[in-house]
Amino acid sequence: MSDSTQAGESIVDSDRIGEVGIHTVEPGKVDVSHKTILYLEDVTVSFDGFKALNKLSLYIDDGELRCIIGPNGAGKTTMMDVVTGKTRPDSGSVFFGQTMDLTEMDEYEIARAGIGRKFQKPTVLPEHTVFENLELAMHTDKRVWTSLFSRLSGEQRDRIDGVLDTIGLRDQARRAAGLLSHGQKQWLEIGMLLMQGPRVMLVDEPVAGMTHQEMDRTAELLTSLAGERSVIVVEHDMEFVRSIASKVTVLHEGSVLAEGTMDEVQNNKKVIEVYLGE
Amino acid sequence: MNSLAFIRSDRGGHIFLGLLAAVTLVVPVLSLMVPETSALHLSSYTVTLVGKYLCFALLALALDLVWGYCGILSLGHGAFFALGGYAMGMYLMRQIGDRGVYGNPELPDFMVFLNWKELPWYWFGFDHFWFAMVMVVVVPGLLAFAFGWFAFRSRVTGVYLSIITQALTFALMLAFFRNEMGFGGNNGLTDFKDILGFNLQSDATRATIFVLSALALGLGYIACRYIVSSKLGRVVTAIRDAESRTRFIGYQVDNYKLWIFTFSAMLAGIAGALYVPQVGIINPGEFSPLNSIELVVWVAVGGRATLYGAVLGAFTVNYAKTYFTAALPDVWLFALGALFVIVTMFLPRGLIGLLERIKVRRGAPQLAERKS
Repeated sequence: MSDSTQAGESIVDSDRIGEVGIHTVEPGKVDVSHKTILYLEDVTVSFDGFKALNKLSLYIDDGELRCIIGPNGAGKTTMMDVVTGKTRPDSGSVFFGQTMDLTEMDEYEIARAGIGRKFQKPTVLPEHTVFENLELAMHTDKRVWTSLFSRLSGEQRDRIDGVLDTIGLRDQARRAAGLLSHGQKQWLEIGMLLMQGPRVMLVDEPVAGMTHQEMDRTAELLTSLAGERSVIVVEHDMEFVRSIASKVTVLHEGSVLAEGTMDEVQNNKKVIEVYLGE
Repeated sequence: MNSLAFIRSDRGGHIFLGLLAAVTLVVPVLSLMVPETSALHLSSYTVTLVGKYLCFALLALALDLVWGYCGILSLGHGAFFALGGYAMGMYLMRQIGDRGVYGNPELPDFMVFLNWKELPWYWFGFDHFWFAMVMVVVVPGLLAFAFGWFAFRSRVTGVYLSIITQALTFALMLAFFRNEMGFGGNNGLTDFKDILGFNLQSDATRATIFVLSALALGLGYIACRYIVSSKLGRVVTAIRDAESRTRFIGYQVDNYKLWIFTFSAMLAGIAGALYVPQVGIINPGEFSPLNSIELVVWVAVGGRATLYGAVLGAFTVNYAKTYFTAALPDVWLFALGALFVIVTMFLPRGLIGLLERIKVRRGAPQLAERKS
């Protein structure tokens, strides 16, 4: 981690340099002045005595593409639940940037603050058209009254069309999302994430059930998305992870077992023992 | 121009609103202008009966909004209808003045009978029409808001929520049965004389209330249609189909549910308020769980998640009820049960779904011909 903090200048706002240690809370703004966008420190979650997360510490940099792997029950999905507010940790802290304490926020607040999530099983809105799926996901005022009177502006339409192109579903825009193929649903869900304009995207098993061709396109898509935003991918498919990852974190029994490039991780003795070996 | 698209694109709605307008014009004419000797004359009984159906249709619309579109199966919507009815009943009660059996200018008959000395505080204000009308929407709305606030925030959904709503209406029924509550106990409120000085028994008053009910139904339909075709409507159906997904794209699901539930309860209250002057009585029986379940059957039969389907269902089932309870009184409950089973098993989208299927089948050969 130490090398990344030194190279922080490129991302830090120029007016923030020099006020190290002082972080004014600006509502709705993510403070990434220390380059790290997501902090999980000593997070423990237990269900009936079983520790799904055991003093997990994990740091994600702004703009990073990170893969998280680990055997079943390692705590990958629970980690996502904690970040998105679905599960509250028993202890430990979870921060979004320097200032936002995610353990204090509701799911919708976390989503609005800029953390988007794609579920393991593709969940789209089946009765709505592809276009409407994207419209509803769009980052905008999502309160009840504004929704009652809201109209799509031309600019917003263009944004939706842009995302339709990115995910390759332009010709399906008027179809009900429930009728899409499995792979298309996966993409639509990624598209919905994009519409939210998140700073952090949590992507749970994006290529499950995809053909090789679809997998390659997804890898391309996810790599192109990182940089502007941080992307965290949980995946079982090693080949896929190898094709996209710059940095891999291995979880085991609720805490970090190893971290590094795919090669480093694959040669790590502990990792070989619990996960890759046999 | 674009702002009217929500109603312009709604073909079923055009048919419904057209029919409604025709009925609204024709019924008062046939009742008031056509002489009683003519075969075309409508008796005040018929006017009142159709007026009742209009109120039921508005109630069905309210339920369809929460059940069909938001997936909240309320088995207690009759409670909001009854509360609206009681608010209206209290006003009509105060209008009786000293014309009651006991001739007491201050107290309604049942209070005199119970030896009450003065009017309970919650009856204050009901002498004024405007106040009662405000209460018609505020009381059901507040109850729905308080109920929903707790239920939705604690994430009670599905069957559990349905059971709680059923318990709510049952509890209210038991409460209103008690004489100490001050709402006339099991007799309820009745013996109404007039409304805003117009005699409730006169044909002209009845026709006016009929027209007002039709107007309320029409406006209620347009309001619901606006809601379901707005972005809010799309969010609400998203909640129905994938609640947690909707939460994770940043919507405060509880607030949406609360809003739609409260609005629906207010509509139900208005329906109840229009119902009471037409039938001339409101009693705790209106809170009976069976009423709320029947209401669910109307919407299911008509076709949920189509607003005109709910209206169609309310008319069809209630017409059947009127017919059967007169012709074969023992059969009605069985028929109702059978209807529900048949609809759930064979017509998941109700009568509207059936009509659409017939239309598609008829349309298909024509298309084939055109191609060849």
